[in-house]
Order: sequence, then C-alpha cells, then structure tokens
Amino acid sequence: MPDKTVEKVTTATGEPAPAVVAPDSGPGAAKARSLWSDAWHDLRRNPLFLISAVLIVFLLVMAAWPSLFTSASPRDADLANHFREAPHWGNFFSPEWLGYDLQGRSVYARIVYGARASIMVGVGVTVCVTIIGTVVGMIAGYFGGWLDAVLSRVTDVFLGIPFILGALVVLNAFDQRSVWVVIMALAFLGWTQIARVARGAVITIKQADYVVAARALGASTYRIMFKHILPNALAPIIVVATIALGGYIAAEATLSFLGVGLTEPTVSWGGDVNSGRADLRVAPHTLIVPSVMVSITVLSFLMFGDAVRNALDPKLR
Amino acid sequence: MTTIDKTSSVPSPRGSDDFGGPLLEVRDLHVEFSTRDGVAKAVNGVNYTVSAGETLAVLGESGSGKSVTAQAIMGILDMPPGRIPKGEIFFRGQDMLKMSNDERRKIRGQKIAMIFQDALSSLNPVLSVGYQLGEMFRVHQGLSKKEAKAKAIDLMDRVKIPAAKARVNDYPHQFSGGMRQRIMIAMALALEPDLIIADEPTTALDVTVQAQVMDLLADLQREYNMGLILITHDLGVVADVADKIAVMYAGRIVETAPVHELYKRPAHPYTRGLLDSIPRLDQKGSELYAIKGLPPNLTRIPSGCAFNPRCPKAQDICRTDIPALLPVTERDGGELPGRGSACHFWKETIHG
Amino acid sequence: MADLSKSEEAVDATPNVTEVATVDAATETEAVAAIEAPVQQGEPILQVRNLVKHFPLTQGILFKRQVGAVKAVDGISFDLYQGETLGIVGESGCGKSTVAKLLMTLEKATAGEVFYKGQDITKLSGRALKAVRRNIQMVFQDPYTSLNPRMTVGDIIGEPFDIHPEVAPKGDRRRKVQDLLDVVGLNPEYINRYPHQFSGGQRQRIGIARGLALNPEIIICDEPVSALDVSVQAQVINLMEKLQDEFNLSYIFIAHDLSIVRHISDRVGVMYLGKMAEIGTDTQIYDHPTHPYTQALLSAVPVPDPAAREGRERIILTGDVPSPANPPSGCRFRTRCWKAEDKCAEEVPLLAIPQVFVGKDTQAAHESACHFAEEKDVVHAA
Repeated sequence: MPDKTVEKVTTATGEPAPAVVAPDSGPGAAKARSLWSDAWHDLRRNPLFLISAVLIVFLLVMAAWPSLFTSASPRDADLANHFREAPHWGNFFSPEWLGYDLQGRSVYARIVYGARASIMVGVGVTVCVTIIGTVVGMIAGYFGGWLDAVLSRVTDVFLGIPFILGALVVLNAFDQRSVWVVIMALAFLGWTQIARVARGAVITIKQADYVVAARALGASTYRIMFKHILPNALAPIIVVATIALGGYIAAEATLSFLGVGLTEPTVSWGGDVNSGRADLRVAPHTLIVPSVMVSITVLSFLMFGDAVRNALDPKLR
Repeated sequence: MTTIDKTSSVPSPRGSDDFGGPLLEVRDLHVEFSTRDGVAKAVNGVNYTVSAGETLAVLGESGSGKSVTAQAIMGILDMPPGRIPKGEIFFRGQDMLKMSNDERRKIRGQKIAMIFQDALSSLNPVLSVGYQLGEMFRVHQGLSKKEAKAKAIDLMDRVKIPAAKARVNDYPHQFSGGMRQRIMIAMALALEPDLIIADEPTTALDVTVQAQVMDLLADLQREYNMGLILITHDLGVVADVADKIAVMYAGRIVETAPVHELYKRPAHPYTRGLLDSIPRLDQKGSELYAIKGLPPNLTRIPSGCAFNPRCPKAQDICRTDIPALLPVTERDGGELPGRGSACHFWKETIHG
Repeated sequence: MADLSKSEEAVDATPNVTEVATVDAATETEAVAAIEAPVQQGEPILQVRNLVKHFPLTQGILFKRQVGAVKAVDGISFDLYQGETLGIVGESGCGKSTVAKLLMTLEKATAGEVFYKGQDITKLSGRALKAVRRNIQMVFQDPYTSLNPRMTVGDIIGEPFDIHPEVAPKGDRRRKVQDLLDVVGLNPEYINRYPHQFSGGQRQRIGIARGLALNPEIIICDEPVSALDVSVQAQVINLMEKLQDEFNLSYIFIAHDLSIVRHISDRVGVMYLGKMAEIGTDTQIYDHPTHPYTQALLSAVPVPDPAAREGRERIILTGDVPSPANPPSGCRFRTRCWKAEDKCAEEVPLLAIPQVFVGKDTQAAHESACHFAEEKDVVHAA
C-alpha cells in the first residue's frame, strides 16, 4: 500500500540517533511538531490559501477601519451633482471612482462601509453556530442514549427548515434589523450542520484507543471530553465552519437583497444590489459593483475553507 | 515436493504464446514519492523475474518497498505523489511502462490480477458477490447476465465456497473473512490471468483459516500454471508455498534464494536477524535476538548499505559503498543456483 | 473473600439511607486498604470466576427490545499469580479482547467475579475502583490509535499522574516522565514531541511507559506487538520481559500469535467462542495439548523452517468459527471437530483435568474442556 509507505515516511523521521538511545533510535527532526503546526506548514505552501488570506486580511482591515480607505461618507447623498454618475475608473480610491447611485451616494464609499456588515455577519454567525453546534454535538455524541436521541431529533427538525425560507420568516418579525438581529436569526437556523459534524467526530473519537486508555486510567468525564475528545474533534469542525462562513455572507446578502436582511442605516452590499436592480440599464455599475464584491468575498472565504480542509483533513495524514 | 518439480512437469496450457523468456521481468525499478519531508525513495533498483508456474515470495517489513513494487507492476500507483524515474517492467517481453493506458488496462485483470489484504474493502458492499464476479465476464468477454452468473457460480465452486449456488446472490458482508478472501481469489482467477500478485493475502485472517486459503492459492496456481508473486512480511507463510524468495530492505532486494536454502543458510545479516528474532513454537527459548534500531526513513536512507546502522557486522566499507546483489557460492566456489546477497560480507554470513 | 461477603451484606441490607451510606464509606476504605496492601504469599493476585459478558442484540428504534445476545465471553475462570505471565490465545471473535476490557472494568460484566486481592472489582466503584485502576494497567494493540495525537509524549506519559496526583508530587513529574522514557529505551529529551513523530515500535514503548507510570502490579496486554514489524516485535517483547523482572509485574498477554505467546508466557489459556478450551503451563499446552482445537491451532501455525515443517502433521479445519450470537449446543467446537460425537452436541464439556489423565504423572494432566481429550504432539517433527 502506498499510503502505508507514505505514512511511514511522514511519521518516522528517523535519522541515525546517538548510540546512547539504543536500542531505539529517535526521530531526528529538531523540534516538536504538533499536528496543528504541521497543518500550518502545509497551509503556508498552498497558493490558494495565500491568495484568499491576502483578500480576507484586506476585507478585515476594511471592515475595521473603513476611514482608511475613503474620506467620503456612505450616507452623504448629493442628488444635485452626482445622480447616477458613471464610474471614473482612472481615479483610484477617490469617492467618484466607482460612480454614484441613484441617491447620489458614492458607490465606492458604500462598498468600503458595507464590508463591516458582511464580515460581522459571516464571522458572528460562524462563531455562534460553532459554539452551539459543538456543545450540542459533543453532548449528543458523548453521552448517547436518550439524550442523543432527543438532541438528534431536534437537530433534524432544524435541518428540515429551508435555511433562507426560515430566515425570511424569522427576520420578518423584526422591523429594525441590525447586524446582531441577522446574526441571531442565521445562527438560530444554522447550527445543525456543525452539530452533526461534531456528533459524528465525537462518536468516532470516543471509541479510539487513547480515549479507552484514559478511561482505564480512571480519568473524569470532564478530562476525557476536554483533553482527549475536543482537541481531536476540532479539526473537522473548523473545516466545516470556515467553509460555511462564505455561505453565511452570501445568505446575508441574499436576505438583504430580498429586503428582509439588514435595514438602513446599516450599509449592506445585498441591500445595494437590491436598490441597483432598478437601474440596471441606466446605471449598471450600481448593481454590478456590489454584486462583484459579494462574490469576491464569498469566494475568498470558500477558498480559505478549502485550503484549511486540505491542511486539516485527517485522511491526508 | 516443492512446486518447482510439479510445475516443470506440467506442460503449459498456453501454447499460443511463443515468448520464450520469463513471464515478468522487473529491471532496475525505481519509485519515489514526494512527501512533506522530502522525496521518499520507496524502491531503489529492484530486479526480479517470475516464470509461468513459479511462485516468487517478496518478503519485507513495512516501508521495504515490496508493495510499491507490486503496485508499479499493476500500474495502480498513485501518481502523483508517486513517480517512476527509472526502470523497466517487461511482461512477456514488452515494457509495460512504455505502453499506453489502454494497452495497460487490457493487461490488468486479464493477464495480471491482484489479490489484496483487505477483502472487505476491496469488494463493493452494495453489489452481490455473484454480480461482481460476473462483471468480469460481462465486461471482458461480453457474456449475457445469465451466462455470467453461471460462470460466477462455477468460480465460487472452484475456490471451494460451500453452497455456491445458494450464496451467489449474497452480499460481501454476509461472508466470513476467509470466504471473502476466497471470493477475491475467484475474482482474480476469473479471466485466467498469467500472473497473480497477492499482497499479504492472509495477513488479516486467523491461523486456521490462513492455512486453508494458502493451500487453495497454491492448488489453483498449480492447476492454472500461473506465475504468482506473494508479498508478505510473514516468514512462516512464505515457507509453505514459495519456490524462491526475495528479501527486500529499504527499497532494494538484499537477498534472493530458493526457499529451503534461505532458511537453512541466510547470506545476508538482515535475513539472519529476522529469522533469529522469531520465537519458536516447538521450544521455549531464553531472550529473543532483536535487530537493533529501526527501519530507515525513506527520505534519508543511510549511505552505503542501507542496513549498516543496524548491522552487527558493519565495517567502514558498508557506510560508503552500496553492495551489489552478487551471486552466492559454496565455500569451495561451487555454484548455488538462484542465490544472491547484497552484502559486502556475505561469505562470512553464510559460511562463517 | 471475607471482605467480599461483608460488602455484599452492606449493599443488601437497606434499613435507612444514611446508615447505608456510612457503611459503604467504611467498606470502601476497607477495600482501598486491601487493594493497597501487598498480595499474600501464595495467593493469586487475580482470580477470575465464571466471567460472562453478553452484548444484547436489540431491534427497533424507539422501543428497543432484546432479540438475542452476542455471547462474547461465556463463563471463563482462571488465576493469575504475582510475577507470572498468563497468555491467552484464540482466533478473532473468541472473546479474548472482551476479557481484557472486563478485567480493566471498561465493560460491565454480565455475571461472574474478578477478585483482585480478594476484592470483587466488578462490584467496586468510586475510590476503591480508582485504586484498582492504579494497579491494573493496559497496553493496547495499535500504537497508532492508542496515543492522543494532539498531546505531547510528556503529557501522555504524565497523564496518569494528573489523574492520580497522590502518586507523584507536581514538581517531580517531569523528571518521573523522563525516567520512564529512559526505562523503556527512549531518549528522555523527546518529552515534548508528538506521537506522529515516532515509529510504531517507539510508540508502543510510549504506551508501555504510560502503563508503567503508576507502578501497577498487573499489566494487561492486548495484542501488544501484532501491529509491529517483525524486527521490532522482538525488541518490544524483550523490553516487556525486562520490565517484568525489574518491577515484579504480572502480565496477562492476549495474542493470536502462538509462537510469541509461548515465548513470553508461563501459563497459557486457549479460548474458543467465549469459553476456555484448555489451560496449562506452556509445556503442557504446546508439547502435550489434549484439546482438538488447541491441536488444530498449533498445527496450523506456519513455521519459518520448511525442514521442520515437513515432518509435522497438519490439521486443516474446515469451515469458519460459528457466530457467538448463536453458538453450537454442547461443545462449541464440535461443528469443526473431527472427533465430534452425539455426546458433544448434548453435553457441555467442563474445563477440568480429563478423566483419562487424572492421577497420572504426565504433562497431559491439565485442564481441558473436551469429552474425548487425547494427547497429541503437533508441534514437533515426527
């Protein structure tokens, strides 16, 4: 089997050891390498990761300090001078760079300020679903029995709700929808995927010999859960979470586009796509620019998630 | 009593092939894998031949390159990360490494078949055993479903699966480990190949079942006059069925010998160490002999003889010069046919 | 034994809750004291009596009902003495790994007792169970899955001290872990490395070091070398023998490789389908087997010496091991046995010295569960 050989190669890093350690010679590599550091080592060499990481860092900075990128305000409407003004492609980073929308607001400024909502929703939902999903999955997977039966049925019920449709219904109940409301709504509906992954991972790991060994030593449930099971279940959870992140950003844009996502005064790319829709023929840039921005962002996070999966996937080691 | 006599007396049923040389010849084969830690040199110049009706046992530990060589012959190496930088594999005189994918596919299954260690994962769990056996005939010989099923039952009879007719529609998980391995053998036999490569065919089985399966394999090989490459780490299994043995270490063949000779008088310190490190069944020994150290890291194979850091006989020359696989002779220079050792000090090892 | 009856009384008598609690606490302290005391001269350290483990087979999703049971272990008994190695051999599915789990109290026994220094460990809990766990340790089969890949070697070997802090004071632990690495032949400087940086044989040494950490009296080894390369197996076996002498350990050595079991064991038990077929000293079992299953098993072992092989009789069994969910009546081996008669289907043969050998001064006079026990040497060339 080639896997066997390759495994041997990656595991036994044995250069001839000093005679003192006989009969077994030791692994030669100079320092301790945890699986996390190995994954990081792989990640750094992955061009997909590098490209997506650069884009994501750029987006994060934009979300945190939008004023670094533009002096214009996304809410200053100058109908008199800039109504549907076309982009000035040559004037990089100036307020008029990407043109103005039908209210005379700078599209560039709105792109810059819209990043915050997208990133916050994406990251916020991911953090919430990861916490909820991991807790539910771990409890169901570890304790099993009726607790698992109940939690798994609850998970199934939530899984049965179409994501966007469910979010439409939930969000319709709110008049003012801030970033936090959207995060709560999406997290409420989205935790099931992580819960299932976590449950599956915990069930597998629970049977691993090292967990049995810890039980044989008399380790407490707490210790087994947090020292043995959680660190090993984390990799698949992180993979699913990073890939899902892009999806949540897309979901926010979709909901805002449908008019049930973020409401003014929050600047949202999805909302801008919606308002640009009517002007498709007269001022196409008001539709295209925010759409492209949503795509780039979602794509960056998907690529990032893919790279993380390649580095962490246990099947590859 | 060895299979050599038997096979040489049985005329080959395949008169159509006029190629006179060995069935399979591997020449100076090299295989590398790129890994996180660098290039792993899994196979470093392997040469061997197998003739019709002959059983070659390739013996080695994990990482010795025994399975990788077999996969290179079958053309099922994962490339990348695998790579064949050098070498030739002649099947009936034709270099398979130079063939097109189509030509190789035709050889695979029809002319060369493989049996794997883990029969359960090699069989498709959602298809019945009869269907999977029959598939070979439907695809390669264009038989109808009914005819293929009849052939499948016939095959199951041949590998001595009881009540073949009744069980032909069962699924793999309904069979025991030993029976599944028989089904794998049946599948390999389906198209009456010239050569079978069996990679640890009995490692996953219990001893009492192991004996049954090995006997079956040996019988069928004799009956069909096939070449057989038996890859294993188990010195005991080899002793029963092989004609000649090639011992591999760190991607090289370090010793070749007819089976009896090897056990009686090993000519390489590694082979000797392996034989000495196995406890005996018929008497209780004191401390076991243990080869010191670990098999080498294939990304950093020691210079000179790869076995030198673990070898009790190692001298300076072993650390600098790679020993070639040279013929081994009697003390008086008398020929020992089929024997070779890649050790600078083979004379001391076998005679001293 | 006396202690046991006392604790049973305590559980049975339930006049009022508070009283039971205090009595329990008292017996627990007593049990802990018994467990921590050295074993009495000449007494077995471990006595297994009629141990049974049935795994229920259930049907239905919501309302589960039992439709049968896998009789993984079905009434086995044996003793283990201090400093000795008891080998347990058998084919896959014979229940030998379940025995290991039961002795480790990782599975709850369906019936039967396991006395460790007179305390029935199948009924212990709390402090007393923890004390037992400190004294009975385990070495696992697969060195690739038995070490947590996210922990350093130091954390893995030091974990027993975290769980049983009374064994080693905190400041002392790093040195203790390094000592253990040294004892098992690994470089103490590797303390901060991760398991995947080691080869299979080295990992098994780490597993052994973890087993030794708490100074146990018994180590249960479940196929400890079967996942290792031949040249490394011998190293690990030698290490285990050295440690046994050094620390006066008792081993239960579970394996399917009969040659290795003979090498390391003082006594050997042969299991078939959840029952003990034959048990005796290594000479009795290997050179004078009386149970047909033992004879078949021994004769099937491929011997790496074609010359020795030819003179040996080979018994090739037909068929497969029956399912433990539905074992044959009477003697479980009868479906594959060439000697089976009607009696074998009707009567379960008891594990005892066969009538024909009782009182005879022969190595064949050892416990064997066969109605037609008969000595037959299958190991040595005729």
